[in-house]
Amino acid sequence: MTSSYVALDVEIPSDVTQIEPIVALVTEHCRTLHLSRRQCSLNIPVALSEALSNAIIRGNHEDPRKHVRLRVTVSDTAVVLDVVDEGSGFEMSDIKHDPTTPEYLHREEGRGIFLMRHLMDQVEQFNGSQHVVRLTLNR
Amino acid sequence: MSFTLKKIGEVVVVDVEGQLIVGNRQELKQKVLDELEKGERKFLIDFSQTGYIDSSGLGVLVSLSKKIREHGGELRLANLNDDLQTLFELTKLDTLFQISETRERALEGF
Repeated sequence: MTSSYVALDVEIPSDVTQIEPIVALVTEHCRTLHLSRRQCSLNIPVALSEALSNAIIRGNHEDPRKHVRLRVTVSDTAVVLDVVDEGSGFEMSDIKHDPTTPEYLHREEGRGIFLMRHLMDQVEQFNGSQHVVRLTLNR
Repeated sequence: MSFTLKKIGEVVVVDVEGQLIVGNRQELKQKVLDELEKGERKFLIDFSQTGYIDSSGLGVLVSLSKKIREHGGELRLANLNDDLQTLFELTKLDTLFQISETRERALEGF
Protein backbone atom coordinates (compact mmCIF):
# COMPACT_ATOMS: atom_id res chain seq x y z
CA MET A 1 0.00 0.00 0.00
CA THR A 2 1.29 3.49 -0.87
CA SER A 3 1.22 6.08 1.90
CA SER A 4 0.91 9.77 1.10
CA TYR A 5 0.87 13.08 2.92
CA VAL A 6 -0.03 16.67 2.11
CA ALA A 7 3.24 18.59 2.03
CA LEU A 8 1.73 21.98 1.27
CA ASP A 9 -1.76 23.44 1.06
CA VAL A 10 -1.85 27.18 0.40
CA GLU A 11 -3.96 29.86 -1.26
CA ILE A 12 -2.50 32.76 -3.19
CA PRO A 13 -4.19 35.84 -4.61
CA SER A 14 -4.72 36.09 -8.38
CA ASP A 15 -1.52 38.02 -8.97
CA VAL A 16 1.23 36.70 -11.25
CA THR A 17 3.92 38.17 -8.99
CA GLN A 18 2.88 35.56 -6.41
CA ILE A 19 4.03 32.71 -8.66
CA GLU A 20 7.78 32.95 -8.10
CA PRO A 21 7.75 32.76 -4.27
CA ILE A 22 5.31 29.85 -4.18
CA VAL A 23 7.27 27.94 -6.83
CA ALA A 24 10.44 28.56 -4.79
CA LEU A 25 8.74 27.11 -1.71
CA VAL A 26 7.68 23.95 -3.57
CA THR A 27 11.10 23.57 -5.20
CA GLU A 28 12.79 23.85 -1.83
CA HIS A 29 10.57 21.09 -0.44
CA CYS A 30 11.22 18.91 -3.50
CA ARG A 31 14.93 18.98 -2.79
CA THR A 32 14.24 17.12 0.46
CA LEU A 33 12.42 14.32 -1.38
CA HIS A 34 15.43 12.87 -3.19
CA LEU A 35 14.07 13.81 -6.58
CA SER A 36 16.63 14.30 -9.32
CA ARG A 37 18.32 17.69 -9.65
CA ARG A 38 16.59 18.26 -12.97
CA GLN A 39 13.15 17.42 -11.58
CA CYS A 40 13.67 20.08 -8.90
CA SER A 41 15.26 22.74 -11.07
CA LEU A 42 13.38 22.30 -14.36
CA ASN A 43 10.37 19.97 -14.40
CA ILE A 44 8.58 21.14 -11.27
CA PRO A 45 9.35 24.89 -11.40
CA VAL A 46 8.42 25.32 -15.06
CA ALA A 47 5.33 23.06 -15.08
CA LEU A 48 4.02 24.52 -11.81
CA SER A 49 4.66 28.05 -13.00
CA GLU A 50 2.60 27.30 -16.14
CA ALA A 51 -0.28 25.79 -14.15
CA LEU A 52 -0.37 28.72 -11.69
CA SER A 53 -0.14 31.21 -14.52
CA ASN A 54 -3.07 29.57 -16.34
CA ALA A 55 -5.10 29.51 -13.12
CA ILE A 56 -4.47 33.20 -12.37
CA ILE A 57 -4.82 34.56 -15.92
CA ARG A 58 -7.21 32.19 -17.70
CA GLY A 59 -9.09 30.81 -14.72
CA ASN A 60 -9.47 33.80 -12.42
CA HIS A 61 -8.84 36.51 -15.05
CA GLU A 62 -6.48 38.16 -12.53
CA ASP A 63 -9.48 39.14 -10.40
CA PRO A 64 -7.97 40.19 -7.03
CA ARG A 65 -11.08 38.89 -5.22
CA LYS A 66 -10.36 35.36 -6.45
CA HIS A 67 -7.72 32.97 -5.21
CA VAL A 68 -5.71 30.02 -6.48
CA ARG A 69 -5.15 27.04 -4.21
CA LEU A 70 -2.11 24.82 -4.47
CA ARG A 71 -2.03 21.44 -2.78
CA VAL A 72 1.12 19.31 -2.95
CA THR A 73 0.73 15.63 -2.06
CA VAL A 74 3.73 13.35 -1.77
CA SER A 75 3.62 9.57 -1.88
CA ASP A 76 6.27 6.89 -2.17
CA THR A 77 5.81 6.89 -5.92
CA ALA A 78 4.89 10.44 -6.97
CA VAL A 79 4.59 14.15 -6.25
CA VAL A 80 1.11 15.45 -7.13
CA LEU A 81 0.47 19.17 -7.58
CA ASP A 82 -3.20 20.23 -7.60
CA VAL A 83 -3.80 23.79 -8.82
CA VAL A 84 -7.36 24.95 -8.17
CA ASP A 85 -8.86 28.15 -9.54
CA GLU A 86 -12.29 29.76 -9.33
CA GLY A 87 -12.92 29.84 -13.06
CA SER A 88 -15.14 27.66 -15.18
CA GLY A 89 -12.12 26.01 -16.76
CA PHE A 90 -11.16 25.45 -20.34
CA GLU A 91 -10.91 22.22 -22.25
CA MET A 92 -7.22 21.39 -22.19
CA SER A 93 -7.75 18.38 -24.42
CA ASP A 94 -8.85 20.79 -27.19
CA ILE A 95 -5.35 22.26 -27.23
CA LYS A 96 -3.55 19.96 -29.61
CA HIS A 97 -1.28 22.26 -31.60
CA ASP A 98 2.44 21.56 -31.58
CA PRO A 99 4.35 24.82 -30.88
CA THR A 100 7.55 23.29 -32.28
CA THR A 101 6.20 23.16 -35.85
CA PRO A 102 7.26 25.89 -38.32
CA GLU A 103 3.68 27.25 -38.25
CA TYR A 104 3.85 28.00 -34.51
CA LEU A 105 7.59 28.31 -33.77
CA HIS A 106 7.70 32.08 -34.33
CA ARG A 107 4.65 32.80 -32.17
CA GLU A 108 4.96 34.41 -28.77
CA GLU A 109 2.18 32.41 -27.10
CA GLY A 110 1.09 28.78 -26.99
CA ARG A 111 3.88 26.81 -25.27
CA GLY A 112 2.49 26.53 -21.72
CA ILE A 113 0.41 23.37 -21.96
CA PHE A 114 3.01 21.78 -24.23
CA LEU A 115 5.64 22.34 -21.51
CA MET A 116 3.41 20.94 -18.75
CA ARG A 117 2.74 17.81 -20.79
CA HIS A 118 6.40 17.28 -21.60
CA LEU A 119 7.82 18.03 -18.15
CA MET A 120 5.30 16.05 -16.09
CA ASP A 121 4.46 12.35 -16.22
CA GLN A 122 0.74 13.12 -16.19
CA VAL A 123 -1.41 16.25 -16.61
CA GLU A 124 -5.09 15.93 -15.78
CA GLN A 125 -7.96 18.38 -15.59
CA PHE A 126 -11.12 18.16 -13.50
CA ASN A 127 -14.10 20.42 -14.10
CA GLY A 128 -16.51 19.87 -11.25
CA SER A 129 -17.55 22.33 -8.58
CA GLN A 130 -13.95 23.55 -8.90
CA HIS A 131 -11.52 23.68 -11.79
CA VAL A 132 -8.47 21.60 -10.96
CA VAL A 133 -5.30 20.97 -12.96
CA ARG A 134 -3.36 18.02 -11.52
CA LEU A 135 0.31 17.60 -12.33
CA THR A 136 1.91 14.28 -11.44
CA LEU A 137 5.64 13.66 -11.40
CA ASN A 138 6.77 10.11 -10.66
CA ARG A 139 9.58 9.66 -8.13
CA MET B 1 15.07 38.90 -9.96
CA SER B 2 16.46 41.74 -11.99
CA PHE B 3 17.73 42.73 -15.41
CA THR B 4 21.02 44.57 -15.77
CA LEU B 5 21.95 46.23 -19.04
CA LYS B 6 25.42 47.31 -20.05
CA LYS B 7 27.11 48.22 -23.29
CA ILE B 8 30.11 46.22 -24.47
CA GLY B 9 31.39 47.73 -27.70
CA GLU B 10 28.33 48.00 -29.94
CA VAL B 11 26.41 45.30 -28.08
CA VAL B 12 23.82 45.81 -25.35
CA VAL B 13 24.36 42.93 -22.92
CA VAL B 14 21.44 42.01 -20.67
CA ASP B 15 22.01 39.88 -17.57
CA VAL B 16 18.92 38.03 -16.35
CA GLU B 17 19.28 37.42 -12.62
CA GLY B 18 16.69 35.00 -11.22
CA GLN B 19 13.73 33.80 -13.22
CA LEU B 20 12.31 35.00 -16.53
CA ILE B 21 8.61 34.33 -16.10
CA VAL B 22 5.14 35.75 -16.55
CA GLY B 23 5.57 38.13 -13.60
CA ASN B 24 8.60 40.00 -14.97
CA ARG B 25 8.76 39.38 -18.74
CA GLN B 26 7.24 42.78 -19.54
CA GLU B 27 10.04 44.51 -17.65
CA LEU B 28 12.66 42.78 -19.81
CA LYS B 29 10.69 43.49 -22.96
CA GLN B 30 10.34 47.19 -22.16
CA LYS B 31 14.02 47.61 -21.25
CA VAL B 32 15.16 46.07 -24.53
CA LEU B 33 12.57 47.96 -26.59
CA ASP B 34 13.70 51.23 -24.98
CA GLU B 35 17.27 50.53 -26.12
CA LEU B 36 16.02 49.60 -29.60
CA GLU B 37 14.12 52.88 -29.70
CA LYS B 38 17.34 54.73 -28.80
CA GLY B 39 19.02 53.21 -31.84
CA GLU B 40 20.76 50.14 -30.41
CA ARG B 41 20.68 47.16 -32.78
CA LYS B 42 22.87 44.44 -31.29
CA PHE B 43 21.62 42.62 -28.19
CA LEU B 44 22.98 39.73 -26.17
CA ILE B 45 21.02 38.16 -23.32
CA ASP B 46 23.26 36.36 -20.82
CA PHE B 47 21.56 33.61 -18.77
CA SER B 48 24.50 32.68 -16.55
CA GLN B 49 22.59 33.88 -13.47
CA THR B 50 19.15 32.63 -14.53
CA GLY B 51 17.12 29.96 -12.76
CA TYR B 52 14.22 28.89 -14.93
CA ILE B 53 12.22 30.35 -17.81
CA ASP B 54 8.52 29.71 -18.37
CA SER B 55 6.53 29.84 -21.63
CA SER B 56 5.90 33.57 -21.20
CA GLY B 57 9.62 34.19 -20.84
CA LEU B 58 10.36 32.11 -23.93
CA GLY B 59 7.61 33.98 -25.75
CA VAL B 60 9.08 37.36 -24.93
CA LEU B 61 12.45 36.26 -26.34
CA VAL B 62 10.74 35.20 -29.58
CA SER B 63 8.89 38.51 -29.73
CA LEU B 64 12.00 40.59 -29.04
CA SER B 65 14.05 38.69 -31.60
CA LYS B 66 11.41 39.38 -34.23
CA LYS B 67 11.17 43.07 -33.32
CA ILE B 68 14.95 43.54 -33.33
CA ARG B 69 15.25 41.79 -36.72
CA GLU B 70 12.55 44.08 -38.13
CA HIS B 71 14.84 47.00 -37.21
CA GLY B 72 17.83 45.37 -38.91
CA GLY B 73 19.40 44.15 -35.67
CA GLU B 74 20.12 40.84 -34.00
CA LEU B 75 19.46 39.16 -30.66
CA ARG B 76 21.87 36.49 -29.45
CA LEU B 77 21.74 34.33 -26.33
CA ALA B 78 24.56 32.99 -24.15
CA ASN B 79 25.33 30.86 -21.12
CA LEU B 80 22.30 28.57 -21.02
CA ASN B 81 22.73 25.99 -18.29
CA ASP B 82 21.80 22.34 -18.96
CA ASP B 83 18.17 22.83 -17.88
CA LEU B 84 17.69 25.91 -20.03
CA GLN B 85 19.38 24.19 -22.97
CA THR B 86 16.91 21.31 -22.55
CA LEU B 87 14.03 23.79 -22.50
CA PHE B 88 15.19 25.41 -25.74
CA GLU B 89 15.70 22.02 -27.40
CA LEU B 90 12.28 20.76 -26.22
CA THR B 91 10.56 23.78 -27.72
CA LYS B 92 12.93 23.82 -30.75
CA LEU B 93 13.71 27.45 -29.97
CA ASP B 94 17.38 26.47 -30.18
CA THR B 95 16.82 26.55 -33.95
CA LEU B 96 15.54 30.13 -33.81
CA PHE B 97 18.37 31.77 -31.88
CA GLN B 98 22.12 31.94 -32.12
CA ILE B 99 23.12 30.46 -28.77
CA SER B 100 26.71 30.61 -27.52
CA GLU B 101 28.31 28.78 -24.64
CA THR B 102 29.96 31.93 -23.30
CA ARG B 103 29.46 35.66 -23.44
CA GLU B 104 32.86 36.12 -25.07
CA ARG B 105 32.03 33.69 -27.85
CA ALA B 106 28.68 35.39 -28.45
CA LEU B 107 30.37 38.77 -28.75
CA GLU B 108 32.88 37.50 -31.28
CA GLY B 109 32.01 38.70 -34.75
CA PHE B 110 28.81 40.39 -33.58
